[in-house]
Amino acid sequence: MPTPTPTPTPPHAAAAVTTGAFDRGRAYQLHPKVALRPERFGALAYSYDTRRLSLLKDLDLVAVVRSLADAPSAAVALDAVPTAKRPAVERALARLVETGFVRERH
Amino acid sequence: MSVTDTDVAGPASTVRAHGSLRDELLRGLAAPICLTWEWTYACNLACVHCLSSSGRRDPRELTTGQLRSVVDQLAGMQVFYVNVGGGEPMTRPDFFDVLEYAVDHGVGVKFSTNGGMINPVKARRLAALDYVDIQISLDGADAMTNDPVRGTGSYDRARTAMDHLATAGFGAFKLSVVVTRHNASQLDSFEALARDYGAELRITRLRPSGRGRDSWAELHPTATQQRDLHSWLLARPHVLTGDSFFHLAAYGQSLPGLNLCGAGRVVCLIDPVGDVYACPFALHEHFRAGNVLDTGGFAAVWRESELFTELREPGSAGACASCGHYDACQGGCMAAKFFTGLPLDGPDPECVLGHGEAALAAVSPASLPAVDNDHSKNDRSRNPGAKRLLPLSVLR
Repeated sequence: MPTPTPTPTPPHAAAAVTTGAFDRGRAYQLHPKVALRPERFGALAYSYDTRRLSLLKDLDLVAVVRSLADAPSAAVALDAVPTAKRPAVERALARLVETGFVRERH
Repeated sequence: MSVTDTDVAGPASTVRAHGSLRDELLRGLAAPICLTWEWTYACNLACVHCLSSSGRRDPRELTTGQLRSVVDQLAGMQVFYVNVGGGEPMTRPDFFDVLEYAVDHGVGVKFSTNGGMINPVKARRLAALDYVDIQISLDGADAMTNDPVRGTGSYDRARTAMDHLATAGFGAFKLSVVVTRHNASQLDSFEALARDYGAELRITRLRPSGRGRDSWAELHPTATQQRDLHSWLLARPHVLTGDSFFHLAAYGQSLPGLNLCGAGRVVCLIDPVGDVYACPFALHEHFRAGNVLDTGGFAAVWRESELFTELREPGSAGACASCGHYDACQGGCMAAKFFTGLPLDGPDPECVLGHGEAALAAVSPASLPAVDNDHSKNDRSRNPGAKRLLPLSVLR
């Protein structure tokens, strides 16, 4: 199991993720053309749309991604993650939105 | 292969796999990411560097029902897509049947073909399918360079196939080139050709496997060409490489991709009779892990075979232990070493630091491993004096 880093995200990296369209107040879902395969370290995501693979290297992140479809907002799904780890999981989720593996649900 | 590493340890980036990601992958996955599946040994060409020594169909090749049952197994394991090859897979009368069955079951197919059997009707049928990618093989930017390697008329047939795909509106197929000493100077021409067709260019490494065992010495790029190739690819991250040049990372900068030997960890090969090998370049008893028809099927071979378990254990750097670049190249390609007679824990024959050349000089030709599974139309074991169809000397 990878452990989340205790070090804060550097400012330039934080800027890179906050410029994406992710908004924790909105509802999301796994892209319908993305499949998740459980792996020892988390999951492997494959997009039949873009033909890209992504390694989700954290079990909490995988749980959040799976629960998005039934959560009224990303924030609610993220509530299940321990507080200390939540910002890191949120950043990873934002990245999945940017890369199209997760998309907004209307 | 384009892989994103989504780690909670920080913002993810498209990786040049280092550290923890590489470690995770080397320990193996629940199912392969990149599975090559050869459907037949039959081929309408006789390329001098054929990895699988293809030519004649093997009477034991899996039946349509067996191929479909393998698709079911792969779908159950969530193998997202397979790289279908051969031989020439389109020579199978049930090619479209199995192709469509795979796609319908969520197993995408990228298949490699010489294009010789793609006519306008088949091109339209292929264009109508989702989740099918096509790689057309071409090993020269003109017939004069291509045909001595792939056979008389093969350049024109590949170009005709590309025309049919374009006319049918297939979209972006892949133009797949194995870099040789003779075409290394044509990379810009290949890029222009791909651009003309709206195709993606894929450049891969020549391996001394199959009939390549006998043609590798005169076909593999020179050290200078290899250095130029590295720079050329670094400047073109959009050119696909199938992760096949990870040994070039020892120049100091790795190319996009996982940059590791995925044999038995991330990749494997199922051959036309159902035998499972560690990688597509290792069609030899030494690297055979089992058969999909065995009890437990492909999943048991992938998850439990002795060979794959061993490959997932941390390896020793062996003779490369004292080299400061071992972390970058990981000792290079296992199959390239094996088929050139080099020890598996020694340098790659094309080691960029030149350690391979010295090691190769000490190899006696008599000690090279025999080519297993030879399905060549002029099988050397049955006809040892057989001449190659097209002498490479015409290129000199």
